[in-house]
Parts: sequence; structure tokens; C-alpha cells
Amino acid sequence: MSSYTQKKGFGAAVWDYITTVDHKKLAVMYLLAGTLFFAIAGFEALLMRIQLMKPNNDFVSAGFFNELLTMHGTTMLFLAATPLLFAFMNMLVPLQIGARDVAFPFLNSLGFWLFFLGAVFLHLSFFMGGAPDAGWTSYASLSLYSPGHGIDFYVLGLQISGAGTLISGLNFIVTIITMRAPGMTFMRMPLFTWTTLVASALILFAFPPLTIGLLMMLVDRMFGGNFFDHTMGGNTVIWEHLFWIFGHPEVYILVLPAFGLFSEIIPAFSRKRLFGYSSMVFATILIGFLGFMVWAHHMFTTGLGPTANAIFAVATMAIAVPTGMKVFNWILTIWGGSIKVTTPMLYALGFIPSFVAGGVTGVMQASAPLDYQLHDSYFIVAHFHYVIVGGIVTALFGSAHFYWPIFFNRMLNEALGKLTFWVFFIGFHLTFFVQHFLGLMGMPRRVFTYMEGQGWDQFNYISTIGALMMGVGVILMVINCLMSIKGKPAGRDPWGDGRTLEWSIPQPIPFYNFRQTPLVRGLDPWWIEKQEGNKEATFAEPIGDIHMPNNSAIPFVISLGLFIAAFGALYNTDADKPWSIYVLIIGLAITFGAMIVRSVKDDHGFHLHKEDILEIEEQLYGKGGNK
Amino acid sequence: MSSHDTPVVAKSQAQFEYDRHHNAVHMRKQVINFAIMIFLTFIAFAVVAAGFSKYFIAPLVLLLACVQVVLQLYAFMHLEDKKTHFGGVIAFFMWMGILIAFTFFLAFLTIIWW
Repeated sequence: MSSYTQKKGFGAAVWDYITTVDHKKLAVMYLLAGTLFFAIAGFEALLMRIQLMKPNNDFVSAGFFNELLTMHGTTMLFLAATPLLFAFMNMLVPLQIGARDVAFPFLNSLGFWLFFLGAVFLHLSFFMGGAPDAGWTSYASLSLYSPGHGIDFYVLGLQISGAGTLISGLNFIVTIITMRAPGMTFMRMPLFTWTTLVASALILFAFPPLTIGLLMMLVDRMFGGNFFDHTMGGNTVIWEHLFWIFGHPEVYILVLPAFGLFSEIIPAFSRKRLFGYSSMVFATILIGFLGFMVWAHHMFTTGLGPTANAIFAVATMAIAVPTGMKVFNWILTIWGGSIKVTTPMLYALGFIPSFVAGGVTGVMQASAPLDYQLHDSYFIVAHFHYVIVGGIVTALFGSAHFYWPIFFNRMLNEALGKLTFWVFFIGFHLTFFVQHFLGLMGMPRRVFTYMEGQGWDQFNYISTIGALMMGVGVILMVINCLMSIKGKPAGRDPWGDGRTLEWSIPQPIPFYNFRQTPLVRGLDPWWIEKQEGNKEATFAEPIGDIHMPNNSAIPFVISLGLFIAAFGALYNTDADKPWSIYVLIIGLAITFGAMIVRSVKDDHGFHLHKEDILEIEEQLYGKGGNK
Repeated sequence: MSSHDTPVVAKSQAQFEYDRHHNAVHMRKQVINFAIMIFLTFIAFAVVAAGFSKYFIAPLVLLLACVQVVLQLYAFMHLEDKKTHFGGVIAFFMWMGILIAFTFFLAFLTIIWW
């Protein structure tokens, strides 16, 4: 049956991607969508930096600056970093644990489409009467009084894409717990799988508070509720708590998988097993747990009282301990290794000092009395950009180089990659290092301009130059990705230093991942096989029928219904738009109709027979194969 | 035999007796737990009827409620069942969720609604 490997026309290929439930194709879609929103949010950052380049600048207006800073933060956190990490989770986790797909392929697709259409909805606000402008934290004391529909776009868009994230998180938890190959015990799981598991558990516990907070905000804005209105007996601080109960774990949801990615890159290019594997696992779980106990450190100046401030200050400082364990373990993994400074390793080496710098300023802010000085100043901006760019973006760029062959069976250009690293890395430090001093000199964050003669001019100018360099770095990275289309096939384990199961699969990876389920004989199973001179993984079963899920358009239709309904809900508050209620009803009808179809119609998937598998493998890896 | 067929195996006498004993032990546990829960409910009603101070009644009833929740989870919702796949993981997630939710509850009670 050659229909599995036939070349498809353009329309058929698009339909294939819309209906796919294959975790590898969804990973590519997450990668593309995440890159798109990363570029948009990066562009917004550049506009802000140009505005702040000199004092009293009028490049953008004050109102538009507020929209830019809100959308930059919201997009980078929810719609760029999260999906880009989901791209790696989707691609790598099933391959690392020896599974043929995630536990719920249908939900995987639903998660992607909810995220994507929610993100598109949020971005349409720019063209439909103004974007949200109350900061990514959208504090109720600001957002309740924001005119226009900006905040409504924020509430509805994040509600939809947040549901997608929650669904995906649940899916990863079940996948990692139940779908591991024989021999893949918990303490043999690669560290990226471990961090994905812990980050997904954080998603499971952290997103419901956000959902509730957004729902309360929606009721307050659209139905005249008073949850956050103190004049009517509400309390505006409740939003801050709900947001940060979600918001603080959210940064660990992002940074833990980044730690996991570096814990794969560093052993690979030190050619040495990860130092202190079990302490790394322990530290990951501890960071995840403590991440829930520290949210109020974002609110020291709200007036919680000295007791609460002291408790949350101490809890926050405690997080430095497991994080420090991780840093020392990475350094000791490199120590004495046979180090190969490839582009991914370069990013890892740049990550360690940058992230430590961000962590140390974090501990400074954890001390509540000092935080009264630092709060809402550029010092905070410098701190979290050191953590997020230095920790997460370097992880994403480094692993893009490292895992590009897994995604596309192509290598990225090493020389261009190293150039990209230096341009981006120097630009990053140029942008944010001076912002520490701007903060200490008293420059507040979220201001659209400043007066001259306060000693801020020079540092702001330097910061903008750095931001432009980061922009150039991102463009170089995109050029590198596009150039790889014309590259040669990479083949199996192209770095030669792969340690985990994903490198044991022949390239291009067939849609069923593993012809036979592998047998895992220890930590770093592919390294063990290579040490014993084996050309393939050891298998746990003979070649037999493979059960695979069917493609489905229903996830897209469910998400599209919510996307349409969101417009109805948005305009329902306007007296001059009576049609909006019908849009809301039609949208919800589409969603629930699709859900009913899914429930009523049984879909058992299909079986791939032994002859089909052999034929596919012949086409992929036989003569003229390996494209 | 294909892997989809259900094998039919007759129970041996030893297996039958083992199962019967096991079921009897299980049944006894269920009844004891049920009796304890009825008794705890009775105490809750009794302290209210006896007219103690409300500063005594409220914490006691809350404490009894917590005990009831745990009993319910373990006795009737199979949290103690060692045969459940990944029972330990499920229990761990449940307790972690309860612990985190309790922290939020405590924080809201002490520093927002003071």
C-alpha cells in the first residue's frame, strides 16, 4: 500500500495538517505558530525600545505604548514561549519514552487548535479597536476601567488558549506515566521528559486559578459583576492573588523544560552522563512544589503585612537551593568531559552564567525590604529578562540547533549558528545589563517616555542598540532555518553523541515512530547500545500489527466554534450590535455539535499490518530512500 | 490464539477459597469504615445538640469533616487499592492538589479577608 508514502498535492497537504493527530506534525505546527508569535512580540519590543531610545521621544503615542507592552508580555509568555516549548515536548517526549504517540492524540490536536485560534483572536484586537493595555498582569484596578474592547480580547483569547494549554498539559502527564516502553522506569527517564512531567503537573494545578480569575474578570466587565470593585464590596487584590497563583508557577512551567533541554545538550556534548541524575530529578520536583508557595512575592508592596511578606520572602529564597543544585550539576557534567563546542553547547555555556545572574537578582528581590526599592523599576525588567531570555530563549535556540535533525531530518548551519549566538548573546547582555542600573537609578518600568537630564539617556540608548542586535540575531536564526530546506538529509544520530531513544530512530522518522517497541536497559539507552556496538535499539517485541489513531477535523471545528462565539461574547456588551448574540449562539452550536459528533461516532483508529510496515520502511530507507 | 481472545480458565479450589477469604476481609473493612463514618456523623450532630460553645463546635466539625473526606477517599473511592495501575501516582497527585489548594485557602483566609 503505497498510499502511506505517496507525495501529496498542496491542498491535500494542508488538509492533512489541519486534521492531523500525529504528535510530530503537531510539534512542527507548534514550532511554526510559536515562531510567528515570537516574531510579532519581538517586533513589538523593538518598537518600544526605539521609543525609549532618547528622552521625550514621540515615535509611538502613550496609549499605543501601553498596548505594545501588554501584548509583548502576553504574547511572549502565553503564545511564544509556551508553544515553542510544547513543540519540543510534543516532538521529543513520545520518542524519548519509546511511545508511538501521546496518550490522547485527539486532545493533542484540540490543544493546538484552541491555543492557535485563541492567539489569533487576541491579535485581531490590534485591527478591531485597540489591543489590551493594562499590562500582561492586567491588574483589575486598571483593566476594569480600560475603555474599548482591549481587555475583553485579553480575557476571551486567554481563556480559549489557556484551555488548550491545560488539555495539552494533562495529555503529557498521562503519556509520560502510562506510555513508557518496557524498562523505562521513572528513574531512567531522560531529564527533558522529567521536566515535562513536572511542568505539566504545574499546568494542571496553575491554570485553573487563571481560568477562574479570567471568568471573574469577564463577569465584572460584561455583566456588571463586582468581584474586583472595592466600591461595591469587592476586592481588587483578589485578582492579583489569582493571577500570581497562576503567574508564578507559569514561569516555572516555562523554565523547567528549558532546564530539561539543557540537561540533554550538556551531557551529549560533554560526552559524559549527566552528573547527579537523581538529584536533578529531586531538584525539579522541589522547584515545581516551591513554585506554588511563593506567588505573593510579586505583591510585597500591596500591603500584605510584615508576617506574610516574611513567609513568602523565605519561601522564595528557598527556591535558590534546588536551582543551585542544578547549576552545580551542569557544571560538574561539563567538568572533565570530552567537550565539543557545537552551537547547542555554545548556547548552554552562555545560559549558565546568564541564568545565574537572573537568579541572583531574583534572590535580591525576594528580600522584601529591598523589594520596596526595586518594585516596578527597570531592575525588575532586567531580572526577568535575564531569566527568560537567558534561560528560556537560549534553550529554545540551542535546542532548535540540537533537535533540528529530529524535526526535519536536516542540520542547521554550524558557522551561521555560532555567528547567530554571538550576535544574539552580546545583544541580549547589552540590552538588559544596563537596565539593572536604570532601575537602581529610579527609572520606573512601563513608562512610554522620560525627561532628559536624569542620567538615563546613555543607558537607554545602549539598551536599544542591544535590542536591535537581538533582532538581527533572530533574523539570522530564521535565515539559517530557511537555508536548511535545501540541506542534505541528516540521517540517524547525526551529532554522533545522541544518548537517548529519539536518536536511535532511523531518519526520516516514520509516522508510527518505532517499528518495534524498544527495550530500555538503563539510563541513556541509545548510548548503552552504541557502547555495545549495536546499530539499532534492542527491541521488546517482534514486528507485528501497529494500532494507530485516525486523523480528525473535529478538533479544528470545536476550536473554530469557540473562536466565532468569542466575537459574539465580545460585542454583546455594545447596545448597537444586536446581531452579536446570534454570533455567540452559532459559535457555541458549532462547538457543541462537533463535541456531540465526536461522542456519538466511534473511532477505533486503524491497524497497520506487518506487510505495510515493511513496504513503508523499504520506501523510506531502501534504495533511493532516506530523503 | 490471537491476543484479542479472552481466555477462559476455571478457578481451582484453592483459588476459590483464597478469593472467598479475601472478599470476606474486604467486606469486613467496608462495614467497619461505614460504621466509623456513621459514628463520626453522630458526634457532629451530638455536639451541636448538646449546645457546646460555638468556638468548640466549629473546629471540631471541620476536623471531623476532614477525617470523613480521607475515609471516603480510601474506603469507598479505592485510593488504597494496590491493584490500580499507577495508584501511587494518582494518590500523590490528589494529595499534592489538596495541599496546594489548602495553601491558597489559608492565604486567602489570612491575608485577603482579614
